[in-house]
Amino acid sequence: MVQVTLRVNGKEAELDLPGRALLIHALRDHLRLTGSHIGCDTSQCGACTVHVDGKAIKSCAMLAAEADGCEVTTIEGLGSDAALHPMQEAFRQHHGLQCGYCTPGMIMLALDMVARHGQLDEPTVREELDGNLCRCTGYQNIVSAILAGADAMAHV
Amino acid sequence: MTPEAPAIMAGTSFGRSVGRVEDARLVRGKGRYVDDIILPDQSYAAFVRSPYAHARLASIDTADALGRPGVIRIVTGADVAAAGLPPLPCGWMIHSTDGAPMKMGVRPMLAQDVVRYVGEPVAIVVADTRDLARDAAEAVLVDYEELDVTADCADALRDTTVQIHADIPGNRAFDWDIGNAAAVTDAFASAAHVVSLTLRNNRLIPNAIEPRAANAVWNAVDEQLTLYMAHQNPIGMRAFIAGYYGLAAEHKLRIVSPDVGGGFGSKAHNYPEELAIAFAAKLVDRPVKWTAERTESFLTDAHGRDHLTTAELALDSDGRFLALRVDTLANIGAYLSSSGALVPTYMYATMLSGQYVIPAIHCRVRAIYTNTCPVDAYRGAGRPEAAYVVERIVNVAAERIGLDQAEIRRRNFITDFPYQTPVVYEYDSGDYTRSLNEALALADYAGFPARQVEAAARGRLRGIGIAAYVEACGIGPSAKLAALGGGAGMWESAEVRVHPMGTVEVLTGAHSHGQGHQTTFAQVAADRFGVPIEKISVVQGDTDRIQAGTGTYGSRASVGMSATLRACDSIIAKGKAIVAHLIDVDLETVAFSDGIFSSSATNRTVAFAEMAYAAHTAAGFPTDQIEPGLVATSFFDPPNFTYPSGVYVCEVEIDPETGTTDVVAFSAADDFGTVANPMIVEGQVHGGVTQGIGQALWENARHDPDTAQLLTASFMDYGMPRAVSLPNYKLVFTPTPSPSNPLGMKGCGEAGAIGAPPAVINAICNALGVTHIDMPAAPETIWRLCQARMSS
Repeated sequence: MVQVTLRVNGKEAELDLPGRALLIHALRDHLRLTGSHIGCDTSQCGACTVHVDGKAIKSCAMLAAEADGCEVTTIEGLGSDAALHPMQEAFRQHHGLQCGYCTPGMIMLALDMVARHGQLDEPTVREELDGNLCRCTGYQNIVSAILAGADAMAHV
Repeated sequence: MTPEAPAIMAGTSFGRSVGRVEDARLVRGKGRYVDDIILPDQSYAAFVRSPYAHARLASIDTADALGRPGVIRIVTGADVAAAGLPPLPCGWMIHSTDGAPMKMGVRPMLAQDVVRYVGEPVAIVVADTRDLARDAAEAVLVDYEELDVTADCADALRDTTVQIHADIPGNRAFDWDIGNAAAVTDAFASAAHVVSLTLRNNRLIPNAIEPRAANAVWNAVDEQLTLYMAHQNPIGMRAFIAGYYGLAAEHKLRIVSPDVGGGFGSKAHNYPEELAIAFAAKLVDRPVKWTAERTESFLTDAHGRDHLTTAELALDSDGRFLALRVDTLANIGAYLSSSGALVPTYMYATMLSGQYVIPAIHCRVRAIYTNTCPVDAYRGAGRPEAAYVVERIVNVAAERIGLDQAEIRRRNFITDFPYQTPVVYEYDSGDYTRSLNEALALADYAGFPARQVEAAARGRLRGIGIAAYVEACGIGPSAKLAALGGGAGMWESAEVRVHPMGTVEVLTGAHSHGQGHQTTFAQVAADRFGVPIEKISVVQGDTDRIQAGTGTYGSRASVGMSATLRACDSIIAKGKAIVAHLIDVDLETVAFSDGIFSSSATNRTVAFAEMAYAAHTAAGFPTDQIEPGLVATSFFDPPNFTYPSGVYVCEVEIDPETGTTDVVAFSAADDFGTVANPMIVEGQVHGGVTQGIGQALWENARHDPDTAQLLTASFMDYGMPRAVSLPNYKLVFTPTPSPSNPLGMKGCGEAGAIGAPPAVINAICNALGVTHIDMPAAPETIWRLCQARMSS
């Protein structure tokens, strides 16, 4: 077992975990933040995407122990009960989700895109979505949502 | 039952792009999927699966695994046999042409003597944690004696040395036919033109992003079993698990499918795993949870398609179709899955008339066992295979006789409805010419030659392809299903509860796993009652709440929405009686619209919520005439299937240097009948078209021919559609309301996956100037074609 200290969505968490526990397991099983999902086990689908120290990472491809001392943001850390984050709102407005399983990962990736590129255009968004799979939407409305969300964030 | 005239409601909700009710929780990560649930005293299961495609089980040694810390129990086929649990059934009975019933290979819940595909479950290890279960599963020693294998249906038919089920020589489940063979032969004899084509409909893997999952808990004192499962038909599963398996009595079995992360058919079937988890939970008396890893999904979620077909089309000198003859080998995998017999027969051959008048049709289907994962319904389920045959051979015919691909279709379209095809189905409504015209306009078909020239100047081969599809949805008319060999009717139920303050619950046996039923079903009630959608909850997926239902698959939500509409109308009828009492007028004078009851006999009006309150308080009520409370139930069983149709136009550019294909434009004109929520329906088309493009260009379940190992068992090996490889689609709706349900709806969930593959392949053939290329049209194949042409 290893001691892991994380700061998740602004809250300190001390966990005693098996050494092989992945960050996604720490979040889902131990902190019960079940918004991040597991879709593939091979870091291909991106359903587990969270932010570690401000960067989007696939939390199924990182040991929890590697995140020791890190700042982690999950989908649950965005917005509030009263108001959605502009990117969450854009997904809702543009029907950027159907079953919702890939959605948290998509939104966390989208925020990372905005952080790295600022203004986004469609080819950039489509290229950047390469590591996140959606089986429902055909991506068209996800792309629209991310462009609109980026726009909304620029005007906040 | 006579169909009611479709009433397209001119409401403020139904028919509009109302934002989805479910999104507020899903975008916050507050969805609740099966793997999110951890029960008190939870244990975890891992499956021991066959690494061989065909082998005899000599022995299973569980001693080492069982001795490990944290391991609770190992369940094997011996336990299943000892409990007397029956093999998995197929829900459809097909008779061969000679009258013999189809031959069912015995599929036990856990393998007994022989394993027949890679990934077949052999044992379950139950342990305190997921990791302990997985480690122990690897320590179970199974002695396999390898047997010869076959993964290909043509090989399985030819090679008599491989026998997959001991009692089924030749690996043939059935040899079935439909249509009039003699009429077809006559028509071919007098035809001006005959074209033929052999094509393969590639095997697909569904890949919902949420893997299958189950969590079961047994209460031994009350003999109650609760099973959480990611399923498309939880309400219907209760009768099956209780009635067929007897794992609990029906009234003590609770099945819950909470949020489900996509299905596409793959979560509609009966699988061994979920049943085995329920069985294990009874044995260990602790909650047992299993979530598939992605490779387990690849290996064991029922695959789709996998046909090898030869088709011949006879035409007269004007290019009018005279007859179609089709011969199909359907690879059904190692066992007949739930709908495994239905999909390649009544879901496939019955659709071979396409959108056309074809006076004579005959189709033979041989269903062949192979050492592969069972094949079952996957988005479209038989209908994509039919549309692919018809829409490919129509283009081959157009090329042969020198007709434009739009013109040959126009010349042969069915124009009068209802239309009885030569292969069972009676189409309900449609305007195929309009869909063609609108699709061609959307695609700027007339401007294509100029775009082709422009592309050629850039060294790119540009092609355009048209596909016109029709499909059957809205299952089902129970009587018609029974006549075709179905084991169960497929109506849908709705219960509408109106509470004292006028809020509404709609309980339905339909199940949304991305389709947005929480919104669209609420839209029906919102307009019928004049109640804002915020005051309506749609309840699904829990047998403790919902009495009866048959689930969501085959684009059949219109059935449940029609049941909802009827239950709402029963509420209104009762409401009128209540209002007549409240304002002391004759019942016949009471009318209801926009949420207000009024009477021609008085100026007094009663709001919907006021009526609801009166129904519940029942103060001074004539309870001898009107019972208190406000609940209504409807079971809607449609008189016929519905027949969505549409025309798709795909434009591709091919780089002859690399063989890569870019889909540069895709236009769709779809007739889904009445559209409940255009935003949601467009989303369904986007997703369906994407899966169709995926089939045409990238997706393919490949097996090693020598070992029948699945070579494409992860997202690293299987070509999933990605955002960067897709264009934006242009859509238009061309609705003709269906007379088969009171809402006039037809269904939209599978259309894209049905119409897109032939549109893409027609475009590629058009670009390359070739007669045919099999799916997936991989760069290597196209590059070789381009090279061969350049060198010749």
